[in-house]
Amino acid sequence: MSVLVDNDTKLLVQGITGKTGAFHTRQSLEYGTSVVAGVTPGKGGERFDDKVPIFDTVADAVAQTGANASVIFVPPPFAADAIMEAADAGVPLVVCITEGIPVGDMVTARRYLEGRGSRLIGPNCPGIITPNQCRIGIMPGYIHTPGRVGVVSRSGTLTYEAVHQLTSLGLGQTTAIGIGGDPVNGTNFVDCLKLFNDDPATEGIVMIGEIGGSAEEDGAAFIKAHVDKPVVSFIAGTTAPPGKRMGHAGAIISGGKGTAEAKLAALREAGVHIAETPSDIGSTMVQAFG
Amino acid sequence: MKIHEYQGKALLAAEGVPVPLSQVAFDAAEAHKAAVDIIAKTGSEVVVVKSQIHAGGRGKGRFKEHPDLGGVKVVKGADAAKAMAEQMLGSTLVTIQTGPEGKRVGRVLIEQGMDIASELYVAATLDRATGRTVLMASTEGGMEIEVVAEESPEKILKESIDPAVGLQGFQARKIAYGLGLTDKVAKRMAKFLGKLAGAYTRLDCSLLEVNPLVITGAGEVLALDAKATFDDNALYRHPNVEELRDAEEEDPAELEAKKFDLSYVNLDGTIGCMVNGAGLAMATMDIIKVFGAEPANFLDVGGGATVERVTAAFKLITRDPKLEGILVNIFGGIMKCDVIAEGVVAAVKEVGLKVPLVVRLEGTNVEQGRTLLEQSGLPLTTASSLRDAAKKIVELAK
Repeated sequence: MSVLVDNDTKLLVQGITGKTGAFHTRQSLEYGTSVVAGVTPGKGGERFDDKVPIFDTVADAVAQTGANASVIFVPPPFAADAIMEAADAGVPLVVCITEGIPVGDMVTARRYLEGRGSRLIGPNCPGIITPNQCRIGIMPGYIHTPGRVGVVSRSGTLTYEAVHQLTSLGLGQTTAIGIGGDPVNGTNFVDCLKLFNDDPATEGIVMIGEIGGSAEEDGAAFIKAHVDKPVVSFIAGTTAPPGKRMGHAGAIISGGKGTAEAKLAALREAGVHIAETPSDIGSTMVQAFG
Repeated sequence: MKIHEYQGKALLAAEGVPVPLSQVAFDAAEAHKAAVDIIAKTGSEVVVVKSQIHAGGRGKGRFKEHPDLGGVKVVKGADAAKAMAEQMLGSTLVTIQTGPEGKRVGRVLIEQGMDIASELYVAATLDRATGRTVLMASTEGGMEIEVVAEESPEKILKESIDPAVGLQGFQARKIAYGLGLTDKVAKRMAKFLGKLAGAYTRLDCSLLEVNPLVITGAGEVLALDAKATFDDNALYRHPNVEELRDAEEEDPAELEAKKFDLSYVNLDGTIGCMVNGAGLAMATMDIIKVFGAEPANFLDVGGGATVERVTAAFKLITRDPKLEGILVNIFGGIMKCDVIAEGVVAAVKEVGLKVPLVVRLEGTNVEQGRTLLEQSGLPLTTASSLRDAAKKIVELAK
C-alpha cells in the first residue's frame, strides 16, 4: 500500500522538452513510472524520445491519454499558469517542482485550486515517490526501497537524507512526499499526516520540518489529536540567525516566530520522537518502533 | 529585498498614498537645500531629519559617535537641519534591529514636521496559514507589531484579501471604523488602505508596513514611515524596484553570490559549508554545531548548478578570513554529483586549498563523482555520511 501514487498512476509531464524536464522524465521512465504524455506548447504532435506523445495543452493530453497526475518543470514565470492549466483539465494530482515562483503568483494559483478537486504538491519540492511503483519529480530513485515508513518533508535533499537512512536500516518507505519550501504551497504537513495515518501499510511517519511559518506546529497539533503511529521529526535551522532568509523563501525567523525551538517544543509535547541531528532520523525511527 | 524609507514613500506616493513632503539628502548641503525648500512650501520652520538605514527602531537608536543622539530628530530651521545632517551622515547608528555593529548612515531624509493627533499602525503581508494577503491595523502606532501581538492581540484588526477580487470597500471600512475613526477621517483611512493593498499586490511586496500612520490635527491621513520588503522571486518583473537596491546595505559576499544565483548568508563561525538544498544546508550547519564547531556560512548551490557556479561558490567560501575548514555536502537529485566533483576540483586547482576540505557525495551520478575526486589527486578527505563528514571536518579544523 501507499498514498497518492502507485502502479495505476498515469503521469503527464508539463515542460517535458526542457533540460530538467527531459532528464527527469527519462529517470522516471527508467524507474518504471508510467509516463503517458508530455505537454510543451508548440510541440504538439511530436514524440519525446520517440515514445511519449507530446501535446500543446494539458486538456488535450488528458483527453487522449487518461493521465491522472501531472508534474511541472516549467520556468518560474510560467509555473503558476501551468498549475492552473492542470487543475482546469481536471488532473487530480499536480506536482510542481519549479523553484522561485513569485509568491503573488502562488497566492493566485492556490485560490484558483479552491473547489476544483486537484491536489497540488509543491511548488519548490522534490516530488513524490512510491518505491518500485511510481517516481514523480527529481529524487534519486535508487535510494528508495518499499517498506513501512511514510516520509513527509519541506526540504528536498534533506528528504533524500532521511530516505537513504531508512533504506540502509531496512525500514524502507511506503511513500515519500516533499511538500516544498515555499511559503504558499498546496499539500501541507497535516494533509500528509492524515494520508499516512489512514494508510494501513504505513507503520511509522517521518516528518522533516524547518524554521519559518507554523506548519510544524499545526502538524504537532494534528499528531497529538489523531495519530497513534510513531512519528519521528527533525527540524532544520537550529543555528539559523533571525531575520535572514535561509535559501527557501519560507525559511525565515521573523518577529520571534518560526524558531526551531518553538517547533521542537510543540512536537515533543505531541509525543513525537525528535532526531537530534539529521544523521539520526533513521535510527530514531528504529528506536520508536521499539 | 529591502529599500529605504524615502524610496518606499516615493513608491507609495506614486500609487496615490498620501505622504508628507520630504526630500532625501546625501550630504549636508543637500540637507540644507531640502530644508529650505520644505520650509518655503509649508511655511513652518519645523522639519525632521531621519537617518536612512535598512533597519527599524531608528528613533530610539543611538549613534556610536554621538551617544546622546537618536536616529530621527525634529529641528527648527534649515541651518539646524544642516547641522543635524552633518552629525548623522557618515556616523554609525545602532538600533534594536542592526545588531551591536550598527549601520553607517549614508543618506538622511528631510521631512516636514507634522501636527500629529494620533498614530496608528497598518501593514499588508502574507498570511502563510491562508495563503493570502492579510491587511493588519492597530491603534498602537509606533509600537512594534510583534510586541502588540504578544501583549494585546485583540488590538490587531485583520482582513484577509481574496486574490480573486482584491480588497473590498467594506473590508477597508471595517478596519477604519474598528480603529475608532469617524466621518471624513474614516473615509480617508479606507481609501488609504485600498491604495496600500493595491500597491502591495502590484509591486509584489512581501511586507508593506506604515508605522506610524498619522492622523493630523486637520484630519489628514498620512504615511509617516514606510517599510517595504519585496519578493526576490518577482524582482524580474519590477526593474524599477531592483534599481533601488542600496549595495552599501548588503553584505558584499551575499551580493557576489546573487550574481551566480547562489543562496549565501554570512555567519560568524569557522567551518565553510557548500550544500545543495536549503533544508540540507541548514541541517549541515546544525550538525557542525553538534560536533562542537560553528558554521561560517549558509550556502545553497541550488538545484541546477553548473561547474562555473560550483567554482564561484567555492571561491566565495574561501574568501572568508576566519575559515578553518570546508565541508561540501551534496545529496544529488537534480544536481549531479559528477558536476559538483568537477566544480570542486576546478575550484581547488584555481584558488588553492589552505584549510582542510571534507567532501561527502550521495545521490545521482555518485559513482562518477567519487571517481573524479579520487582521480584528482587533491588532498581532500571523503566521507560516507553526514555525521561522518561533520565529525571529520570539525576534527581536521582543530
